[in-house]
Amino acid sequence: MTTDIKEMERRFQEKIDSGLKIEAKEWMPENYRKQLIRMISQHAHSEIVGMLPEGNWITRAPSLRRKAVLLAKVQDEAGHGLYLYSAAETLGIDRQTMINQLLEGKAKYSSIFNYPTLSWADIGAIGWLVDGAAIVNQTMLARGSYGPYSRAMVRICKEESFHNRQGYEIIYGLANGSPEQKQMAQDALNRWWWPSIQMLGPSDAQSKNSEETMRWKIKVESNDTVRQRFIDRTVPQAHAAGLSIPDPDLKFNEESGHWEIGEIEWTEFYQVIKGHGPCNHKRMQARQKAENEGKWVREAAAAYAKKQKSRQQIAA
Amino acid sequence: MSTEEALFQYLIRLGDNALILGQRLGEWCGHAHQLESDIALTNVALDQIGQARNLLTEAGRIEGKGRTEDDLAFFRSEMEFRNNLLVEQDNGDFAQTIARQYLFDVFQFHLLTELSRSSNEFLEAFAKKSLKEVSYHRKLSSDWMLRLGDGTEESHNRLQQAIDILWPYTAELFEMTEADKVLMELDMVPDLKLIEQKWQAEVPSHLEESRIRIPDTKGYMARGSRDGHHTEYLGYILAEMQALPRSMPEAKW
Amino acid sequence: MNTKDENDQGLLWEVFVQAKPGIPHKHAGSVHAHDAEMALASARDVYTRRREGTSIWVIPSHMITATTEADSESFFDPADDKAYRHPTFYTVPEGVKYL
Repeated sequence: MTTDIKEMERRFQEKIDSGLKIEAKEWMPENYRKQLIRMISQHAHSEIVGMLPEGNWITRAPSLRRKAVLLAKVQDEAGHGLYLYSAAETLGIDRQTMINQLLEGKAKYSSIFNYPTLSWADIGAIGWLVDGAAIVNQTMLARGSYGPYSRAMVRICKEESFHNRQGYEIIYGLANGSPEQKQMAQDALNRWWWPSIQMLGPSDAQSKNSEETMRWKIKVESNDTVRQRFIDRTVPQAHAAGLSIPDPDLKFNEESGHWEIGEIEWTEFYQVIKGHGPCNHKRMQARQKAENEGKWVREAAAAYAKKQKSRQQIAA
Repeated sequence: MSTEEALFQYLIRLGDNALILGQRLGEWCGHAHQLESDIALTNVALDQIGQARNLLTEAGRIEGKGRTEDDLAFFRSEMEFRNNLLVEQDNGDFAQTIARQYLFDVFQFHLLTELSRSSNEFLEAFAKKSLKEVSYHRKLSSDWMLRLGDGTEESHNRLQQAIDILWPYTAELFEMTEADKVLMELDMVPDLKLIEQKWQAEVPSHLEESRIRIPDTKGYMARGSRDGHHTEYLGYILAEMQALPRSMPEAKW
Repeated sequence: MNTKDENDQGLLWEVFVQAKPGIPHKHAGSVHAHDAEMALASARDVYTRRREGTSIWVIPSHMITATTEADSESFFDPADDKAYRHPTFYTVPEGVKYL
């Protein structure tokens, strides 16, 4: 019995259009599966690599309260990576394969994590701007068509809400602290603003994956729409803290009710993606090291489990 | 020695242990062999930092000079720290981190069990709450002792080496000072000889089950933390931990 | 199922968490672990960090048998026309109570 593939695709699209979620074991077009694996694993890798720039400051956090919060936050990122790898695994790829793809440079991660965290204010900027952008994007993704991805997003968004706030709390405190601290906050904003804007992806005109992913509701809004939402939320927050956005062309459009930004400099974005960011090498080196030095631990755990199993069988 | 002074010293000792161990575990975050372990180690770190905050806050209150948890954590120098040498030892590989954790968890577990009967209200409440956390830590680290000790040849050798390195730092966990005597009189803290007996009744047999032998130190065991004399590691830990607040002592974070 | 996996990330386990006493366990997500103890511990650390649970079950993913999409019609549609299994199917004479 061969069901016409066109017919299956038609039914699949019908399901998507009527707002039903697609579940792991259901039929799906090969390219839907591939696109999802690409997106989800890239998202998972971003969470894991994203632990590194923030992890930098755990040992140097300036108060014990901040230390605990940062630990909990970076731990959440590990959790998010874990949820996402699990969601991707439902599509028939295992975690180790995905990790290998990352380490072999075959899979991407969000290029924003190739920027360095140079001062404590950067920890504030990441929570406020990077997580702020991520939340806007993830709230959109939570409405996507693939059940396991969408459910992971719901959980992640719930957990992330404190990340964004703690980041803004740090920045706001610094911006209203000593002149030296205020300088630190402004400098962090200057360095993280444009990468955060770029983090939401190329503009719609240039995004090659957009049409299909929108039709399949893998994404339900375009990069530019999501980006505008992030800008509209964030600009007033910067002003409330007394900081200025590093964009001379930024203006409020009374008619549309939106903040309009100047031209985005995409050259740097593509440079960083291609591996020429300030920290690409360092980030991959850290992941590779964890993988290499962890191998014997995973082998030991597997060996012990095997021994235990055979001991139990002998005892029984 | 007044009760307050003894209590202050005792709280600082417990608080520094939690703080330095939490700081060490925090170094792992993002670098463990598997995501699940990253999350587990961070949980232990968070428990320790939480305990440190409670203990140092109380120490500051007892001292009565207005010092906060952060004043005590970030503005004391190396010789004023009273954490045990064991917890400041470096992470090494995962085996060394687990070995350090296990040796300390068993100590902390029995100490907190006794402290949960303390006549001091703070210590009693603190111990009851923390005992739940530490019971979990002890289970986690003792399971890993078995997996590594009885896993592969490589993991076994690594764990054996870790125990060889760390064993000499275990004796001073039980060393008592004037503060212990003052507080024991008041039924606030237990005799550390009792904790040592319980520790000795548990650790060697678990090591044996993990196929690890106890090294022959030929009678040499390290000491010094009770007098503020640490290993070289502590200076580096504090340099990293304290740099930012010390660079702007007036700043709020 | 992928058995080669055992040497790198361990088996995949499904985690079910009971949010409070008396209610059913609900699927929370998955973890990788090499043995059941480790799976339970990881499930606790990963899925109950924010006091989400009072009890946890873990089971290796490959032990779960599930319906497939192809089964779906024959499994579930026959229940559609059995309205007599629901109390609203029946008429109750006016004034009669406790039925």
